[in-house]
This record gives sequence, C-alpha cells and structure tokens, in this order.
Amino acid sequence: MTDASLTFRDLTLGYNSHPAVHHLNGAVKTGSLTAVVGANGSGKSTLMKGIVGVLKPMAGTCFNAKGSRIAYLPQQSELDRSFPARVIDLVSLGLWPRRGLLGRFTRDDRDQVSKALMAVGLGGFEKRPIDTLSGGQLQRALFARVLLQDAEIILLDEPFNAVDAKTVGDLIALIKRWHGEKRTVMVVIHDLDLVRRHFPETLLLARQPVAWGETIETLKPENLLRARRFDEAWHDDAPWCEPAGDDHAHDHSHDHGHDHSHRDSGPRAA
Amino acid sequence: MYDFLIAPFVEFGFMQRALMGSLMLSIGACPVGVFLMLRRMSLTGDAMAHAILPGAAAGFLLYGLQIVPMTIGGLIAGAIVALGAGAVSRFTVQKEDASMAAFYLISLAAGVLIVSLRGSSVDLMHVLFGTVLALNNDALTLIAMITGTTLLTLAIFWRALVAECLDPLFLRSVSRLGTPVHFIFLGLVVLNLVGGFQALGTLLSVGLMMLPAAAARFWTTRVEPMCALAILIGFASCVAGLLLSYHAALPSGPAIILSAGVIYICSIVFGTRGVFNTRTRHHRHRTA
Repeated sequence: MTDASLTFRDLTLGYNSHPAVHHLNGAVKTGSLTAVVGANGSGKSTLMKGIVGVLKPMAGTCFNAKGSRIAYLPQQSELDRSFPARVIDLVSLGLWPRRGLLGRFTRDDRDQVSKALMAVGLGGFEKRPIDTLSGGQLQRALFARVLLQDAEIILLDEPFNAVDAKTVGDLIALIKRWHGEKRTVMVVIHDLDLVRRHFPETLLLARQPVAWGETIETLKPENLLRARRFDEAWHDDAPWCEPAGDDHAHDHSHDHGHDHSHRDSGPRAA
Repeated sequence: MYDFLIAPFVEFGFMQRALMGSLMLSIGACPVGVFLMLRRMSLTGDAMAHAILPGAAAGFLLYGLQIVPMTIGGLIAGAIVALGAGAVSRFTVQKEDASMAAFYLISLAAGVLIVSLRGSSVDLMHVLFGTVLALNNDALTLIAMITGTTLLTLAIFWRALVAECLDPLFLRSVSRLGTPVHFIFLGLVVLNLVGGFQALGTLLSVGLMMLPAAAARFWTTRVEPMCALAILIGFASCVAGLLLSYHAALPSGPAIILSAGVIYICSIVFGTRGVFNTRTRHHRHRTA
C-alpha cells in the first residue's frame, strides 16, 4: 500500500518482558489525523515511543514511509528547565532536522522561529529565559518547536495537559492546519468530546488494540466498555506469549506483505 | 605596583611558564566546567580527578617523575573510568552518580596502592598537588595541545552538547548523537583534568574547572557568556594565585584555586543573580 505513512507489523512494545502494546497490526494512512485513546497504562505513550524509536520493539516491527521525518512531543519531557536558555534557543532546536550539527542558522531560519512563536501565541517571547515560563506557555513553546521541525509525521503525547481552554482551541487549529497540509498526525488524548469533535479517526488501546477506525465507530459504547475492563496490572505469573498461536502464525507467512488485515475478529487499520 | 604585579612575570622564566600554562588550562577547562555544572555533574569532575590517579601513579612508578608517561597513564585510567561509569549508567538501571562513585573509588584505591609500592609520601604529595612552578617545555606543549583539542571539539559539538543538556529526549528523537556526545564530553573532562594535574595536582586540577564555572553562573543567564566569563575568572585566579604564591612563598596550586574560591564567594554575594541582588533589592516591580 503506497499511502501508509506508518506500518505496524505484529508490534509488541514493553518493559521487562511485560508488554505495554501487544501485537499491534495495521497502518496509519498518510495525511490522516488519528486520536489515540485508552485508559492509563493502556500503552498510548509506549506506542509513541516505539514509533519514534526511543523504545526498541520486543517483537515485530514499526516502520515509516521512506524519507519521512517524525516530530515528537513527549508527555514527560526530559527538558531541563533550569538550563540557562531562552525561548528562542529552545524553539530553535526544531531546526535540527534541517541544519543538523554544524549548519548555520540563516536570517530566514530566524524569521521562521519568530513565525512559529507567533503561531502559538508567544510572539515577543524570544528573549524570555525558559525558567520564567508557565507550564502552558512552555507547552506552547514546545508546539512551536514541532511546527518548526516541519515533519511529515507528527506525534503529540497528551499535548493539552495544563493548557487553558482558549489555548487548546488555538492548538487544535494548528493541528487541523497540519492535517490540511497532508501531514500524518497522531495525538494521545483523554478528552473524548474533543476527539469526537475534531478527530476523524481513533485508535482505542487497551494494551491490545480494541478498535481502530472512524472515530464514531471506534468510540461506540461497547468498545469503550471493553477498553475499560482491561486489566492494567502486570502479572509475573502470566503465561509467556508464544508466537505459534494460531492467529499470529498467519502473520508470519506474510512477512513482506503490507496491509492485509490479520485477524478476522480483530480491529482493522483505518 | 609594577614590582608587585608585573615584575615577577618579567624577571623569572618559571613564572612566565607557570602563567602561560595555567592561562591555557583555563581556556580549555573553564568551558568544560560550565557544561559539567549545567549537566549537574559537578561532582563527577571531582570523581574523575581521583580516577586518573592510578594511571599517573603507574607512569610514575615505571618512569619516575616524568610528564609524558604520567599523562598517558592518567588518560588511560580516566578513559576507563569514564567509559565504564558512563556505560553502566546508559545501559543499566543504575544512575551515573552511583556508578561513577564505584568506579572512581576502585581507581583511587589502586592509585594509592601503586604510589605506595615505590615512592615516599613526598612523591604522593607531588602527584596529588602538582607543581605549576616546574612546568617544562614538554608540559607546556601538552597543555597547548589539550586546550586546542578541547576548543575544537567544543566548537564542533556545541549544538549537540547544548541540546543534550537542555532536552536529551528531543535530541534522541531527531539524532543519534546523544550518546556519542555524552562520551565525547566525558573525554574532554578527562583530557583537561590530565592537562591540569601536573600544574595543580590530581586533586586540585578540578578546582580550575569547577570554581570559575560555578562563579560565572551567578552573573549571566546564557551559556555563551557564561563560558566566556568563566574563562576570564579562570585567568584572574591564575594571575592572582601565582602572585600570591610568589610574594607570600605559598604553594602555587592551592593559591590559584583559593583565588578562584574567593571570586566564587564574592559572586555568590554580589553577582547579578547573587544573594544581594535577588534577596534584598526587590522592592519595586512593574505592572506587567
């Protein structure tokens, strides 16, 4: 399939032999806008980390379309706020994909940084030290950095935490602009009303994918109930997951195929 | 005035060498110190300073009190400890502070053992405290090379180093330089400590790295000026320390570090971000 920008094949991600995302199959279409929802511990953030490559898969693969770049806004940034940097220094990091280690920042680059700050409502904040920003302002500055990265695939992990209502509106508008520019956007989000109003597609996770497709279909009550019943805890005595199980055996015979749906009863990729 | 400030450096060759050596050391070591401090690794420098001891001591045991073998030995020991501790922290659950402490303690014990195999306590004192007044041409060349390498490496990796300090997760998401940069930086720390140890001794060479950096933190909120200011503070400490040592017949290494210490304490009190300005002078504020 040519228009898949992200493809998951039997992707299992986790920590210490316990899966947090279990056997995910499917593809994310180029230019789609997907909300990723699910309870705490259902593997949403883990999936994001797996896509970026910060976390290596325990099994299976995740690959993105050739030449596509990923911009990632993590839920828990490892940002050191006491570092002596100004907003402009932080946001300029977003120029890395274009300028790399040694490329000079041009006047045009600087204009773009200013424009990105303007777009998130932080015009004139260039010279502010980052330790004087509020939580919401910092989040917007990080959004500006994502904007500057100009990536084909954009992953946002709970981007609206600690952000006021008006700013959420602004940021949603920004996300829709990306969507309009045919970028692939995935957003981890808890507010189902926002999802229903603004996101055409939804992936509902509960370690296993519960449903994946059009938002209205995915967020049907029975799916939400199934997602809610999922057991968050890890069990040390849980049996080992054997790849020889019947529905996965099927996967392996198709290792180089692309977008077949692997399970009759399982969720299908949108 | 001339007699007091300038004459010692004009009249005595050993003072000139000491000045040149220590100024060059400041140029390389102070910016490295700034990054150590910003990465909250200030005590790592201290640990590394202890860690180079067995290498220097082994060189001393085999070749006597000679610069080159001791330096190479120190580099090797430092690299082993830095890589070992760095690797343990990057690839296991243990954090860098614990692994660094473990490695440097092992290294320090080995060092003391090696020194005691041959030398008297005078030798040990020499390795531990250095002699800036006895820098020969070999030593000066070595320091110049170390300073050059440090500046070049910092210039090349500056952006990655800043990104790795400011937002390591972001750097990992856009580039694979994160881990290499960390080790390159540890390499620079070792290099500058080794460069400093013949002048200031293994224990005090870290002083010229950390004190100016810690002092500069009280004056500015940006990295570039902070590095420049740290170098200037380093310069001032070297000149003041050497003069103090000359006029009062004090050991030069401690005199240099104590001068830096005085500047540090003054900075705490009077710096633009120091106690005086942030605690007492805040009576007025703007409306927005």
